[in-house]
Amino acid sequence: MAKRFSAILQLVLLLAVGYAIQMAMDAELINRYYAHVMTIMAIFVVGAVSLNLINGICGQFSLGHAGFMAVGAYTAAIITKNPDLILPAIFTGNIRFILATLLGGMMAALVGFMVGLPSLRLRGDYLAIVTLGFGEIIRILLLNWDFVGGASGYFGLARHTNFFAAFLLSIITITIIRNFIQSSHGRACISIREDEIAAETMGVPTTRYKVIAFVIASFFAGTAGSMMAHLTQMVTPASFTFILSIELLLMVVLGGLGSISGSIGAAIFLTYAAEALRAFRAYRMILYSLLLIFIMLFRPKGLLGNQELSLSLLRESFKNLRARWRRKKKDGITAAAE
Amino acid sequence: MKRKLSLVLVITMVLSLALTGCGNQPQAPAAPAAPEEIKIGSVFPVTGAIATFGQSSLNGTQLAFEEINNAGGVLGGRKLVLINEDNQSKTEETATAFQKLITQDEVSAILGSVASSHSLAGAPIAQAAGIPMLSPTSTNPRVTEVGDFIFRACFIDPFQGQVMAKFALETLGVTTAAMLVEQDSDYSKGLAEYFRKAFEAGGGTIVAEEGYKSTDTDFSTILTRVKATNPAVVFVPAYYGTVGPILRQAQAAEIDAVFLGGDGWDSDKLFELAGDAANGGFFSNHYSPDAGTPEVDAFLAAYQAKFNSVPDALAALAYDAAYMLAQAIDEAGSVEGAAIRDALAAISFTGVSGTVVFDENRNPVKSAVIIEIRDGKQVYKATVNP
Amino acid sequence: MTITQQILQQLINGISLGSVYALMALGYTMVYGIIKLINFAHGEVFMIGAFVGFFSITKLDMGFFPAMFTAMIFCAILGVLMERLAYKPLRNAHRVAALMTAVGLSMLFQNLALAHSWIGASAKGFPQVFPLRKFELMENVTISSDRILMLVIAIFLMIALQFIVHKTLMGKAMRAVSLDKDAARLMGINVDKTISFTFALGSSLAAAAGVLFALNYGIVVYQMGLLPGLKAFVAAVLGGIGIIPGAMVGGLLLGVTESAVSAAGGSMFRDAVAFAALIIMLLVKPTGLFGKNVREKV
Repeated sequence: MAKRFSAILQLVLLLAVGYAIQMAMDAELINRYYAHVMTIMAIFVVGAVSLNLINGICGQFSLGHAGFMAVGAYTAAIITKNPDLILPAIFTGNIRFILATLLGGMMAALVGFMVGLPSLRLRGDYLAIVTLGFGEIIRILLLNWDFVGGASGYFGLARHTNFFAAFLLSIITITIIRNFIQSSHGRACISIREDEIAAETMGVPTTRYKVIAFVIASFFAGTAGSMMAHLTQMVTPASFTFILSIELLLMVVLGGLGSISGSIGAAIFLTYAAEALRAFRAYRMILYSLLLIFIMLFRPKGLLGNQELSLSLLRESFKNLRARWRRKKKDGITAAAE
Repeated sequence: MKRKLSLVLVITMVLSLALTGCGNQPQAPAAPAAPEEIKIGSVFPVTGAIATFGQSSLNGTQLAFEEINNAGGVLGGRKLVLINEDNQSKTEETATAFQKLITQDEVSAILGSVASSHSLAGAPIAQAAGIPMLSPTSTNPRVTEVGDFIFRACFIDPFQGQVMAKFALETLGVTTAAMLVEQDSDYSKGLAEYFRKAFEAGGGTIVAEEGYKSTDTDFSTILTRVKATNPAVVFVPAYYGTVGPILRQAQAAEIDAVFLGGDGWDSDKLFELAGDAANGGFFSNHYSPDAGTPEVDAFLAAYQAKFNSVPDALAALAYDAAYMLAQAIDEAGSVEGAAIRDALAAISFTGVSGTVVFDENRNPVKSAVIIEIRDGKQVYKATVNP
Repeated sequence: MTITQQILQQLINGISLGSVYALMALGYTMVYGIIKLINFAHGEVFMIGAFVGFFSITKLDMGFFPAMFTAMIFCAILGVLMERLAYKPLRNAHRVAALMTAVGLSMLFQNLALAHSWIGASAKGFPQVFPLRKFELMENVTISSDRILMLVIAIFLMIALQFIVHKTLMGKAMRAVSLDKDAARLMGINVDKTISFTFALGSSLAAAAGVLFALNYGIVVYQMGLLPGLKAFVAAVLGGIGIIPGAMVGGLLLGVTESAVSAAGGSMFRDAVAFAALIIMLLVKPTGLFGKNVREKV
């Protein structure tokens, strides 16, 4: 009981910090550009953490995360822009936005189910190609759908997203995905990653768990898409491209396949780096792809592996370092004595 | 476990704050260093799907700024500094770039962006901040409808579509047309929509409309379909990168219709891509290289000297937009946003693309020329007034 | 044009496109057959091949055939390097790691091409090396000399490949390694060399496809490999991945299907159809048209 209470307390504290940052932004203590970039960071955290569930925890390979973001973004945008479509008109303003985001997520989850079921049934690498193709199909459908503006995009959305909204979403995403991983379902997913045949032999219904994880990840990708749409105040079919999927993939790989905290850190770091190194934009994708290749070659589990970053880990590695240093010193002393 | 989780979150939050905080430092001392320079932002895509268009626009702008600064700058000797932010051909990045230019670099005005969908993402930010924005090439009518700080230097979609429809009906005297429309380009779709309206209103029939994507390379199947309907003209409103292969494959498919296009055709690369298949086509443009006005001749010579290539329409429009903005700043006598806006709204500007005034929707009122492609060269055909 | 004429003309369009897919699908299917990896960078090898051919003609004044040969050699070497440097170290790692490396390579090649001053973002026109001649099969149904050339070369290369795989020692080694790597090694086959040879063969076919594609459609551009690459993979799956005749049939089938969809007025959905075909195939018969059902071994 006490443990649970302290966990809730910490969550409340965290939200208070987020809210305080938002207030500082509203008071223009943090300028609008930083506010914008921090909001994007929070959205990318959602994208990267949810992708990690598929690529890191389940050991599957999705290349279509941006496509699910697009589904969520368009669904939510349609709901918020048309005051009496899908949702009754009594929901307005931010309430409507929250519901629209949820529905956007659900729509993405539904599509994720439809895409995932045929491809996840099979062993192997088909998911990568199917999700890639799915991203292209979504783009083509949106281009041909005049109701959402076709190629020009769907614009004139209200600006509902602020830092706190994105921050809140990222906390919710992290909490739910963390809990999922630590549940028996999550362990089943990990067993699939480690050895699918062995998992199946042990009676783990592999397809079902892969699809569950895929649907959850798609849901959060959809909500992230909605956040993004209401930040930029428009969505276009070109908004959520293959490149975005690759960027998210790199975040997962950089942070470590299976490490939630790694994904969070990598999402923040890469978004920051992209802003700080604006002058080198032309070479950014070259750098990203090289990074991806080298990490895979030398650390196939991702740069940080599947460890979670935490205080106890820091303490431990610090202890190790100190022990090593002591040993070295001692060796040095004995060597000198000799 | 929960405890660990929240610790992780706190750490990452602190990290993110620290990181963004770090970004502050290098920016700070730059501001007071050169008080007399005027910072102008631009948001042109130098990477991504439409990087070629962004590069042309950037070239045109850079050339204009160089000339203006060499001639003594604006407001009695103040130099113009161009800060281009690449938006990677993405809408989200455009919004970020606009935020950065306005809040971080504190620019006085923004040139850009190229595609209408990108400009539409940036325009609300510029409008809210009271920073004038002048897009050289965004043709969608809705861009300038965002607010009174948003201007453009190009034709809007309806005008060019109508010009070519009228030309087909009256000058060429044809009544059947087919259209090949790039479905992922709002420019192409816009032109096609208004071409159809004007062509049908004038008694013509659109016998076929085929769609393709900017990434397509095989056009043989849609061309076979077009051939089956036997049109007198084929309207291909797109940029030269796709028009070139279309014309070439149309020649191989033996379509003997006259091909028509818009200002996206204007590039010497079209001849390289299409070969002699380009001959016999007509397109609307802002100026003709053999118009002989001093502005056109000077621009062509300077561009050729600096970049060793013939400018396309995007470069010409960006060049004009940069000069237009400089003139507006001079006339405003200040770098204050509202003053520049008022000066732009009242401007009468003569540049490469002729004489320009803005109408009440901040769209330029200027005439178009129709160019014929003959023996691999652009030949002046006619002028169409709005 | 009558309906029959249209159908025949579109069939020719489809077969031309299909022959390019088939050539590329061969590379996918051989590599998958031997190391169970989707080589995502295969589409980029196709693009690089086209550019090598393009520059051989425009900068080095080569004829078309020497240029195509140069492109094939260049890409064969590139394929071997790719395998040695990027895929070999991961042969025993998790499959996803190798797959991500392949995606990384694909992005790398594309963006290097984009950043290279010779290539860049804008499309380039492939020179019209042979004077364009057309042969009228019947009224309104024509086939150009370039297309005939493309089909002839494609068929020749496929026959040559069949010969290499079935009649040479190296081909026998390839078949042995794809059947059972460890057993092959025990029988004294140099597995590494065989895998390298497979990459060289597949990449040179992709290069040839790239040059032929550029000649026929008149365009070279840095992202030309992306969609054809994906579709060639779909073609390989349709025919049954790992099966060489399957890749040829799958390629032609996909090319014709795509053209048929486009000819029926769905030109915007031609790419979507390829992926839809993949999903349906995976649902109905995941092993492909020519595939046999094999249980995965532990």
